Amino acid sequence: MPKVTVDGVELEVPAGATVLQACELAGKEIPRFCYHERLSIAGNCRMCLVEVKPGPPKPQASCALPAADGQVIRTDSEMVKKAREGVMEFLLINHPLDCPICDQGGECDLQDQSVAYGRGSSRYHEHKRAVTEKYMGPLIKTTMTRCIQCTRCVRFSEEIAGVDEIGALYRGENMQISTYLEKASTHELSANVIDLCPVGALTSRPYAFEARPWELKKTLGIDVSDACGANIRIDARGREVLRFLPRNNDDVNEEWLSDKGRYQADGLTRRRLDRPWIRRDGKLVAASWEEVLPAVASINPGSSIAAIAGDLVDVETMYAAKKLLAELGSHLLEGRQTGMAYAADNLAAVNFNTTFAGIETADAILIVGSHIRNEAPLLNVRLRKAAKQGAKVFIIGPVWDPTYKAEFLGTDAAILNKLPQHVWDALAHAKRPAIIVGGAGLARGALEPALAVSNQLGFVRTLEDGSAWNGFNVLHMAASRMGGLMLGYAQKGGIADLVAAAPKLVLSLGADEVDYSKFAGSMVVYIGHHGDKGAHAADIILPGAAFTEKDGIFVNTEGRVQFSERAVFAPGQAREDWTILRALADAFGVNVGFDSFQQLRTSLVADFTAFAEEGLVDYGALPAGGGEASGEIVYPIADFYLTNPIARASATLQRCSAELLHGEIQAEAAE
Amino acid sequence: MADRHLEPDTPELRARWGNFAWTEANAAQAKVVVARYPEGRQRSAVMPLLDLAQRQVGAETNTQGWLPIPVMEYVASYLDMPIIRVVEVATFYTMYNLVPVGKFHVQVCGTTPCMLRGSDDLIAACHKRGMKAGHISADGLWSFTEVECMGNCASAPMVQINDDNYEDLTVERLDKVLDALARGETPKAGTQEPGRHTVEPAGALSNLTAMVGDNHDYRGEW
Repeated sequence: MPKVTVDGVELEVPAGATVLQACELAGKEIPRFCYHERLSIAGNCRMCLVEVKPGPPKPQASCALPAADGQVIRTDSEMVKKAREGVMEFLLINHPLDCPICDQGGECDLQDQSVAYGRGSSRYHEHKRAVTEKYMGPLIKTTMTRCIQCTRCVRFSEEIAGVDEIGALYRGENMQISTYLEKASTHELSANVIDLCPVGALTSRPYAFEARPWELKKTLGIDVSDACGANIRIDARGREVLRFLPRNNDDVNEEWLSDKGRYQADGLTRRRLDRPWIRRDGKLVAASWEEVLPAVASINPGSSIAAIAGDLVDVETMYAAKKLLAELGSHLLEGRQTGMAYAADNLAAVNFNTTFAGIETADAILIVGSHIRNEAPLLNVRLRKAAKQGAKVFIIGPVWDPTYKAEFLGTDAAILNKLPQHVWDALAHAKRPAIIVGGAGLARGALEPALAVSNQLGFVRTLEDGSAWNGFNVLHMAASRMGGLMLGYAQKGGIADLVAAAPKLVLSLGADEVDYSKFAGSMVVYIGHHGDKGAHAADIILPGAAFTEKDGIFVNTEGRVQFSERAVFAPGQAREDWTILRALADAFGVNVGFDSFQQLRTSLVADFTAFAEEGLVDYGALPAGGGEASGEIVYPIADFYLTNPIARASATLQRCSAELLHGEIQAEAAE
Repeated sequence: MADRHLEPDTPELRARWGNFAWTEANAAQAKVVVARYPEGRQRSAVMPLLDLAQRQVGAETNTQGWLPIPVMEYVASYLDMPIIRVVEVATFYTMYNLVPVGKFHVQVCGTTPCMLRGSDDLIAACHKRGMKAGHISADGLWSFTEVECMGNCASAPMVQINDDNYEDLTVERLDKVLDALARGETPKAGTQEPGRHTVEPAGALSNLTAMVGDNHDYRGEW
């Protein structure tokens, strides 16, 4: 633990810290462009210069200098001030003065730091360098003249994404950042380079010229595009959500966000259900709330009612529906829309127990039936970190490109019943072994044999350092899944039990992946926000709120309870889902016991204490397992960009799907 | 250097170079080069292999050689590395030609010592022969680039043509070299000053005279 002195304050810093980190620990702000906590150190922008003694009598780049015992660091001396002014002047030599037309304006590191550390005026009168725009795909807009060559995007694509798509071509003043032959960047996390870019060289293409950051109302939300529960910031202006940005949460998404989660914002304004609809003579016609509520009541289902929860609904909505059904005398709740029927009586067995942060430290990982890059891109970043530290990764399922070294064992789920000897040995000898069962694995009955493997090899153990390790994981794909399972949205036989019960009324809570033809004899009441598959099959549509338009609790696949807040109001006559369910209770003449959202939450917490606060839920011990898996593994996600109704409505993601996955060439309009 | 650019990736380029592969001799040489680097570090061989590829292209086209995109892709797949990393290397070093060049790539040094010793005249002489930066002369023989210091300041001005340096040039001496090359001869590389062998002092020794015979300690005289 070296002791250093920063601006006269002596402090001890962790071994291996850099001078920059030491200064930050001392509470000093060090300007920087190329340095980023989650990327390797490049040391090429020179903005972080400080004065260090002992050492050469010149400013030193603090990001690349290890802190050593007895160093005297000054961040406030005349030398440092001059050095920063000089570096800033050099950076601005070739940077255009186009802030008024630059989308980064207002959230630009270069802008902020030139105000704070720059000279205030330019002495440069010669020509500035100009660089042609580079095409990087439908998500990333480039203005390469603005690039200050920090190479953060290059390091991100190589180190975090692992695809080596972006590079720095040519040299010196002529250095240019580009993808190979200006091909579109195709990685599912590619748009994170927009956040990393400290200037306006890489900006968001769909968001171009939409708004200035100070016009936006920022709300803390949770991403629902997959079951990771990435923490996001919802930026809205007026009634419209304009963009999603990731928030820092080291336990969940670090500071990344998948492209789908980031760019489904424009889907929130398209194909919306903004008024009730009712089916008359086989055709849906627009109606009013006054018409549809009695219409639902007239179905008079009694206890012959079932509820199916969609992938994007919050816990409160599911709870309100559960209460309504309970009052009516029904317990027909299901959330696994595609018909899966794994046992859900012990939630530890269907949870990602290792946690995302924990899986980074695993040293042997067996993935059963999961295309992780499509199903949870943020988890793949963690697995890549584990693999880089030497973890052995084995995958049962069709081949996909994991971006790290992994061995594909075959596509038959039965391999799990008797693992090859070398895989068994690797897992048995690992200190921190882990198994991840994905949706495709669950569909082939891999849960029970996976539990058996975990049980036989003792995946739940106490590590040498005394901490607990649970290596058994199930990776879900729906944001509502864990919350739904906790509330009991699971029948023993899956959705087939609901079909068998032939309910008079099926309450569809934004369930768009269900095969409604099996419910031909039932009236389908759809409470949701998008005119997607569920609405097409519905007899009555009650317009609800999307996840940005209501407060809600989401439980991610780790069993982490997280609160999302309302950013805007639902459009038109659409209402928050719980109010619709409350109105249905009145229509059916039953009392669900809550009249306000606060009462709903109180009642929810009284029934399920785990929802009282954010954090991981303890599901107890794992069952022993047994049984056998069989059948070819088929990954459920065919199109990464179009997995939920919001994404399917998004023009941006439709274009991503067409261009990046199906290779369509999109003609650029002449500007 | 500012006008360096990659040759566009056209169907014609793919058709011409798409099936590029090492010749038998170069395949053996490539193995030797890769074997110089430790296991797992084979990518380090990218620079010598790009040079080898450029020479093979040169041999096939009877020029100094250059690196078409499919050839870079071949090297990338040979070393199992991302193509963008290969392109980064190829675009960084000016010794790799990114566009087709003539049989002789004339690189005239224009940095201060050479300029003071008359490199401007050499450049003018080249222009007179129809050489122009970024173009191949009509007879396919000459490509021209003005470059920065090549480290031959003691025998300035100098010109590098393919693998050889020609130093102590005047317009007449350069003309002689170029004429000889055009005739298919191999002029003497190095200094063109009669009586000079390498970069030893031209004429008599002007300083450190006391060290001609044996070592001499000058420190006391400073």
